Amino acid sequence: MRPVETRWRTLWTTALAFVLQVIPLPMWLAAVRPAFAVLVLLAWSMVVPQLGGVGLGFALGLALDVWRGAVLGQYALATALIAYIAIRQHLIVRNKPVFEQTLFVAGLLLLWEIVVWAIDGWTGHATGGWTRWLPVLTGAMLWPVASALFAVDGRRRRSAP
Amino acid sequence: MNSAAASRNLPKRGYPAGLRFSVYAVLALALMWADQRSGWLDTLRYGLQAIAYPLQIALNSPAAAWQWTRDTFESRDALQTQNRQLREQIRSLQRDALRRADLERENSELRSLRAAAGDVAEKWLPGRVIGEEANRLRHRLTIDRGARHGVTTKQTVIAGSGLIGQTLRVGPWSSEVITLADPEHAVPVQIARTGVRTLAVGSGRPGVLTLPFLPLQTDVRPGDRLLTSGLGGTFPAGYPVATVLSVRRDGASPLAQVEAVTAARFDRDRTVAFLWFRSQHSAAPAGTPPAAPAGTAP
Repeated sequence: MRPVETRWRTLWTTALAFVLQVIPLPMWLAAVRPAFAVLVLLAWSMVVPQLGGVGLGFALGLALDVWRGAVLGQYALATALIAYIAIRQHLIVRNKPVFEQTLFVAGLLLLWEIVVWAIDGWTGHATGGWTRWLPVLTGAMLWPVASALFAVDGRRRRSAP
Repeated sequence: MNSAAASRNLPKRGYPAGLRFSVYAVLALALMWADQRSGWLDTLRYGLQAIAYPLQIALNSPAAAWQWTRDTFESRDALQTQNRQLREQIRSLQRDALRRADLERENSELRSLRAAAGDVAEKWLPGRVIGEEANRLRHRLTIDRGARHGVTTKQTVIAGSGLIGQTLRVGPWSSEVITLADPEHAVPVQIARTGVRTLAVGSGRPGVLTLPFLPLQTDVRPGDRLLTSGLGGTFPAGYPVATVLSVRRDGASPLAQVEAVTAARFDRDRTVAFLWFRSQHSAAPAGTPPAAPAGTAP
C-alpha cells in the first residue's frame, strides 16, 4: 500500500473515532464511553509509526480541547505524549500477545487521564470523582477489538487493513 | 536496545519521534500558559470554535432526529393528556390574566416612584441547543447564537422555566453556556420565603444544586423556592433558579446539607434565551462584574 493512501486512512479513521468520542449521548452512557479516537491513534502509532502519530495526536488533542472547552493544550499534551510512547515501544508491544498489549494500552490510557486530571487540578478546574477513570477500563477492554481491526500484530503483518 | 531498534525503523523521512514530541510538548505547554494568562488566545479559540460549529450541528443531528421522531410518534393518549393539562393551565392563566391589567397599572405606579420602569429584561434573543456535554466534571450547552448575534460572555441565559446559566465562551456563530449544574458554577440566590441569601453551587449531577454555605439553624425546608438575588454582578434578580429538595442536618457538620432541583429542565428545554437587562433597573445585577468570571466558584 502506498504511504499516501495509508496516511489518508489514518486521518479518516481517527476523525470517525473522534465523532464517536464526542457525539452527544445520555449521561450514563457517556460516563463509560471509551476514548475511541485515542485507541485508534494508538493502533496507528504501532502499525505505521513512521507516519508521525505524534503530530496527529497533538491535532486530535487540540480538537478535544476546543470541543470540551478545556485549557488549550491540555488534551494536546496528553495525547501527543502517549502517541510518542506508543511509537517508541511499537516494536516490542506489537510482538506481544493481545493480553499483554491490552495491559500496555491500559497503562497509556491511565497515563493520558492522569495528565489531563493533573492539569485540571493545576489550573483550578473541577477534577471530579472516581467516575472519570471508568473510560480507562472500558477503553482497555476494547483494545483486543482495535488490535484485531487494525492488525496490530508484528508476526503476521500484511499490508495495513 | 530498544531506542536503537526504534530509531532504525522510525524516521524514513522527517524528524525522529523524540524531537517531534519535544516540539509538540513545548507548544502545548506554551498554549496552556498563554490560555491561563489573560485572554491572549481568545482570538485563536474564536476561530477554532468557528471551525467546530458545522461539525457540532452535524453531530447533534442524530439526537435532533431522534427527538423529532419521538415527538412525531408520541402516542395519542400522551397527546390527549397533555392537551387536557394545557387546557387546564390556560384556564388558570386566564383567571390570573383578568387581574393582570390592574396589577400592571399598580406596579408601574410603584415603580415610577423608584425611577425605573418596565421589566428588567430589555431585550432577549432565542437560541437553540445544538450541543450538550453532561458529565460529573462539566455541564455545558452549545447554543447556535454567537458574537455575530451580539452575544457576549457572562450573559444570562434562561429557558421558559427558569435560569439556565451564563455564557462562558462566545464563538462567531455559537456560544458555550456553563449551566447551573456544572460543579464549577455558583449562582447567588435568595430563598423566596425567608429572604436568606446564599450561593447555589452545581453538583455535577444533572439538575441538582447544593447550598453548601447555610448554617445549621437556617430556616430552610424542602419546597422552598430559590430566586436569583441579583448579587455578584452577572444575573439580574428575581429569576427562578431551583426548588429545595432535601435538607439534612447532622451534628457532624456546622452547616446544613441542602440539595435543590433546578427550575429549568436541562434535558427538556431545547430552546433558550439570552438576556440583556437595563442597568438602571432596580433588579439589575448589583456591583460591577469583577475580572474573574462572576458567580463562578473555584
